[in-house]
Order: sequence, then C-alpha cells, then structure tokens
Amino acid sequence: MGKTTGAINPSASNTKDTSDGKVTVYIMGKACEVPATATIMGAIEYAGHQIIRGAGCREGYCGACATIYRVGNDYKIRTGLACTTLVEEGMTLTQIPSVPAEKALYNIEKLQPNVSAIQQTYPVVFRCVACNTCTRSCPEDIRVMDYVQAAKRGDITEIMNLSYYCVACGLCMLRCPAEITQPLVSILAKRLYGRYLSKNSPELHDRVTEIVSGRYEMEYAELMALTSDSLSQRYYARDSE
Amino acid sequence: MYPEYMAESLRKVTQTRPRRLELGKKSDPVFPLMTAAERNTVLNGFHPDFLADARRSVRIGPNRGEILTTEVADLLESHSWLKKRNIDLSRPHIETDLLIIGGGGAGCSAALVAMREQGMRSVIATKLRLGDANSMMSEGGMQAAVSRTDSPPRHYLDAIGGGHFANKPELVKALTEDAPKVVKWLEELGVVWDKEKDGTLQVLHGGGTSRKRMLSCRDHIGAMIMRTLMDEVRNHPEMITVKEFMPAVELLLDDAGRCAGAILYNMDSEEFFIVKAKATIIATGGFGRLHIRGFDTTNHYGATGDGLVMAYRAGAKLLYMDSVQYHPTGAVFPEQIAGFLITEKVRGAGGQPVNKDGELFVFPREPRDVEASAIIRECQQNAGGIKTPSGRTGIWLDIPIIDQLNGAGYIKHHFAAHHHQFMRYKIDITQEPILIYPSLHYQNGGVEINARCETNLPGLYVAGEASGGVHGKNRLMGNSVLDYNVFGQRAGRYAGEYARQTQIGQLSLRHLDAYEQELMDAAIQTELVTPIVLPSYAPADVKQRQWLKNSSQLPGASVLHNRLHAEAHFAESL
Repeated sequence: MGKTTGAINPSASNTKDTSDGKVTVYIMGKACEVPATATIMGAIEYAGHQIIRGAGCREGYCGACATIYRVGNDYKIRTGLACTTLVEEGMTLTQIPSVPAEKALYNIEKLQPNVSAIQQTYPVVFRCVACNTCTRSCPEDIRVMDYVQAAKRGDITEIMNLSYYCVACGLCMLRCPAEITQPLVSILAKRLYGRYLSKNSPELHDRVTEIVSGRYEMEYAELMALTSDSLSQRYYARDSE
Repeated sequence: MYPEYMAESLRKVTQTRPRRLELGKKSDPVFPLMTAAERNTVLNGFHPDFLADARRSVRIGPNRGEILTTEVADLLESHSWLKKRNIDLSRPHIETDLLIIGGGGAGCSAALVAMREQGMRSVIATKLRLGDANSMMSEGGMQAAVSRTDSPPRHYLDAIGGGHFANKPELVKALTEDAPKVVKWLEELGVVWDKEKDGTLQVLHGGGTSRKRMLSCRDHIGAMIMRTLMDEVRNHPEMITVKEFMPAVELLLDDAGRCAGAILYNMDSEEFFIVKAKATIIATGGFGRLHIRGFDTTNHYGATGDGLVMAYRAGAKLLYMDSVQYHPTGAVFPEQIAGFLITEKVRGAGGQPVNKDGELFVFPREPRDVEASAIIRECQQNAGGIKTPSGRTGIWLDIPIIDQLNGAGYIKHHFAAHHHQFMRYKIDITQEPILIYPSLHYQNGGVEINARCETNLPGLYVAGEASGGVHGKNRLMGNSVLDYNVFGQRAGRYAGEYARQTQIGQLSLRHLDAYEQELMDAAIQTELVTPIVLPSYAPADVKQRQWLKNSSQLPGASVLHNRLHAEAHFAESL
C-alpha cells in the first residue's frame, strides 16, 4: 500500500495492534483477548469473525449493530452499538442484529397528523405502562418513553423532536414489556411532521414553478455552449454571497 | 479527553480564537481564496491522487489503456466468482421488470418512481440490509438552488467549476435543474427539512458554493431521507420485493447483447439465484472499503465497488476512475473513530481549520479536493500538524467558535450527533476543537451515464455514486445526496419506460469467458476474485490461518467469495 502520513488504518493495512493493553471479553460466551482500546465491533473482528449481520455504516447511524452485554458481576444488562461502544475487561456480549417487528403498511396521503394515525397504524402504543425500560435501554440516550407518551397524546411534533436521532437499532422494542415497536412509531411521526406540519416554503414553490415553465433554459443553453476557458473565466469571476 | 502533551497547542487555539472570530463576523473570506494556479499547485503537490503509484494503466476491458486509480485497476483485472460456465440459465429463479442492485438512496428512489410513473415491479437486491448504504450516513446537507438570491444555472456553474470543468454538462443540468423538485418530492414523502420560523428553507454555504444553498436535516440528512425512502418502499410489498443479504455477483446479458438481469448470491445459504429482468439498474454506491492508498474511510461496510466490476465485465465504459475524493475532515482522534466523517456543515456554520499554533492556513470552504490537499500540505510540508498517540497526524477543527458566531446552543442543536459522539470520549465540542485529517470519502467517477442514466450497454442503467460524469473530477458537498435522488428517480423513470417495451431473449454469461480470455491474453496473473462484497478486518495472523479464505491481494478483500475456489487454496495453504 502507498505511504500516506497519518492516514493508515491499522486494520485495513493488516497490522496487528501493538499497544500492550489487552482485555478479555466473552463474545457469545467465548473468551477472546482483544485490544483494550477496541470498540465491540473491532473486538469481534479482531477475534476473526466476518460480520455479515451486525455491521452497517460502522459510525453510529444505521442501527445494524445493536449489542447487549454485562460486565463482571454487575447484574445489569447494558446496551450499546457495537461500532461506538468500547470494550471493558470481563465484558460478555452478544449482538442483536435484528428485532422482529411488523411495519404497518399505510398511505401517508390518507393519514392525519394526530392521534388517529397512531391508532390506525400502531395501536400497541396504548399498552405502554410507563416503566421507562425503553429509555434506559436506548444506547443513544433518547427519551423513548417520553415520545411513546407523546404518541398516546397524538403529539406528532413532540415525537419527531424527541426521536429525531433514533437509529432504529431495536433495543427498546426488544426490552419493552408491552411489546411496543417504538422505532416504527418514530419514523411514522417524522413523515407525518414533514408531510403535514412543517410550514410550506413559498420560495420553493416559486422556484419549482419557474423551472417547470422553462425560465432557466436560455441561461443553461448559454452556459453549456461556453468553451472550457470561458466557462473557467466565468467561474472564477463569479461573486459570492 | 486529550493527552497532556496537546495542552499547549489547545491553549494556542483558544488564544487565537477572538481574532479569528472577528474575521468570521465580517462578510469577507476569513482567509484568501485560492486562484486557479494556487489550486493546481496544492493539488499536484499533495492530493493523494497525484502520489507516485497512485494510478496505473488498466490492461483489459472497455477502458483498456486508460490511467485509473491503482486499486480500481486491480479490482477490474480479476476473476469472476462464476468460474464454472455450465450454469443452466434457461430457467430463471426470479423474473421481474426491473432488477435494482443496491438498496441505498438511489435504488429506493428508482423503485418508487418506476412503480409510480411506469407501473413497473422491481426487485431490490442488496448485500446487507435495505438502507445499509452511504446514503444513510450523509450528515451536512443537500444542495438545491431554492433561495431567491440563487438560481439553478448558478448551481450549475459552482458544480462544474468544483469538478474542474470535467463534468458532463447534460448531467450537471439535470442535477441542478431537478434539485428543487427533489426537495418538494422528499417533503411530500415526509422528510423534515430545517426551516426558518416562516417556513423558508434554511440554507448554508458548503465548500465551493457561491450562494447559500445547503439544505439540511440538522446533522442527519442521510438518515432522515434514507429512512423515509425505505419506509415508503416497505409500504409497497406487492410492487417492490426487497432481497437482503443477496448481493449480485455478475450481470446477465441476453443473446442480443442487452443487459438482462444478474446472478444473486444468498449470503446465508450460499445459494445462487438467476434473476431475469427487462432492465437492470446498478445503484451499488462507491468504493471506500477498498482503502485506497491505505486511507481510512467514511464509507459503510459494503462500499467495495461491486457495481463497477460487474458492469465493466459486461462491457460498460467507466469515466473518471482516476479521481478519488478525500473528505477534508475525517476524525483522527480518538483512535476508535479514526476516519469517521465530520460534516462539512461544521465549516458551513463558521468552523475553522487551524494548525498546531491556532492559525488559519486555508479558507475553510475551498472545494473538497483543494481543502483536503491544503490540510495534507500543512501537515507534511509546513509541520503544522499535531501527532496523536497512535501516530496519526491531524490539524484542529475549531468548532467552539460556531457558538460564538451563531449564539450559544447552536452546536448542541445542529451538531447533536457529533456532540454525543465526542462526549463518549470526554471531549466537549462546544468547548474544545477536534483533530481531523482527510479521509477516503467518495468515488468521483463511475460507470458513464447520460441524463437518462443509460450506459453504453442497452438495458443497463446506473445511478448514484456508482455512476460517473456528474461531478467531473471532484464533487462538491451536498451534491451526492442530490445526485442519488435526481438520478435514482431518473433511472427508475427511464429504465421503467424501457422495460415496458422490451422482451428479453436467451440469457447468457458468455461475456465472462471473453473477459477471462482478455486476462490471459494480457498475461495477467492474479488470484483476486471479485466483486469483493465485504472487506475483512481480521488481523494478519488470523487471516493466515483462515486457510479456506486467504488469497486476496487487495487489503480487506472478501473472505466469502473465495469459498468458490476453496479446494485450490486449501491445497496451497497446506
């Protein structure tokens, strides 16, 4: 591989971690010695696994790598995304790459941005007993129970705001004693908000009308006919906002 | 938390901040913009594309003799998974109108438009889950000339100048002219755009924009759009079938030489499926996981350039596969997030890259290749970088200055994801700068398309990062989210239109024989089998003991595919 200062990915360039610190983790019960600075995903791969399910974006957006673990003698089950959670000595872990959940089929044009949409799609929401387990199990610190409460009230804006950063890893719905499918409610609410509650943008409407009416065709034709040199001149001479 | 030895440098960043804040408040650039000549100097001297050995001539295929990125040439000069040619293609396992390879933004958009406008059924085949794609990961925004001071032709000029005037004009016109319509279509599907109180769309600058036209969904535009598209795709199971963990491994042609589907591989059962389709869309995304020049990448796990090699074997021409985009700001500290994307929106909102002495050395929003090269120059030539404990080098990205420019709370609201991400490592980005260095980000080129997403191979359409020509030799921020929407929709429209009037003949894989023959004629000796599908990050010693799997010459090449030729390698290893 080429040499590039400060940019070599140790794993990509096939060099083993050289730092001394190692910890023992138990991947689905099996002991593995891994670098102390590794993420859970790094540890699983360090142990030689080829992840098929349980890795996606690898940066905390996609929710593919939900993981549950315990550490040492602590009775608590903890949760994390494997890509962003660091290993700890004595961690025993398993990935939960998929949580069964039935997505409601709907036509967004036929729903209303209020409690009726929740009743039609995910009535299971109303079984919430407000135990807060969902919030405690969220690796992204989202106030899940609060948005479930908002769903019961039909407060679409509140659900959208509270669940904005939900990565749909599914850990909340796995642990929910009322079997609610929270991430599905979140995406529905965001869509309802975007479709119905977000204020219209007059400038967008006008711009689309202009384009459809062919308002810019002449200007495009002129630009597209320019030689590379005159285009370059035009580019470097353009003013900036 | 930063190590103690960085304290002095951190103090300097704080010290120079008031002075830089004054610059930031003025309307003039905080640092002089580069001229065309200065851009050329920094690119030729420091962009990784210009390093020795970064490019070489490809010896076979439609682009034979052309200079390509070395890793891409390696990828193309490889064997097919399907070595045995006695595959019975007469009874396809699946028949469909459209086969869409790739379940990211382009693939989902294509399926929805083909359904709505053309009444066509699609099969979406994807190697991971639906939405496991670079589309999911975009942070900063999408360009669209919606504001009153802006216009689509101005967007055209910015994009084509940013691409060094190599962009295909018809594609840039399509990109910029469709942009406002895309904003509207996405909003109707339920995307929550950032808006001012009166409903006006919020706009910011990005690198190389002459008007504020970066629309956003906080710092999560990718997830917002991708989850909306996925949800809508899932609402139509009768029209759109999603096959997950089922990557395509080769395209199929028919006896008239048209693209007629693909062979899919089920990663769970290791079965192969013959899919016959009236039209095929490649929407497989980019190639960051090839770790070109050894760089870390911002890309998702499956970004291995599969579409490129499948299309190339079938005879499709590539364009600008000598040009790689390195995002100026990838994280370099802490080690666990090395290579992760730090959105350009940080600089759009007033964040400044500064060296170890806290001094500006480049305008914060030059086009990406120029900005990235200037950062590399600052580290390599001017010794302006800071070394991390693991031996990487980076410069500071001053984020706290954003709150001072825009008011307290701005960072926490607009960069909540980054705030959360760094707090995990006890770095509060409202108080402290972060260390960054360019990270492998985007495939500027790809399979050459026209404005209808057609390739030189009838029946094969390409959209999104896998395509080439839209961005010339350098893409601007916010034009890739736009790209996969504009061309994903166009691919669905025109492939759908084509499919409605096409009858497929007898299926064939004969192009693989021809390709293998070319390899032999060129005396190319390689053990590489592609598409790569997934990289492997097992340590070197583990890989050596993985006797069934270890034959690849590319770093991180798949362990899966080599099972096809397992006996040979097993014997060699013994």
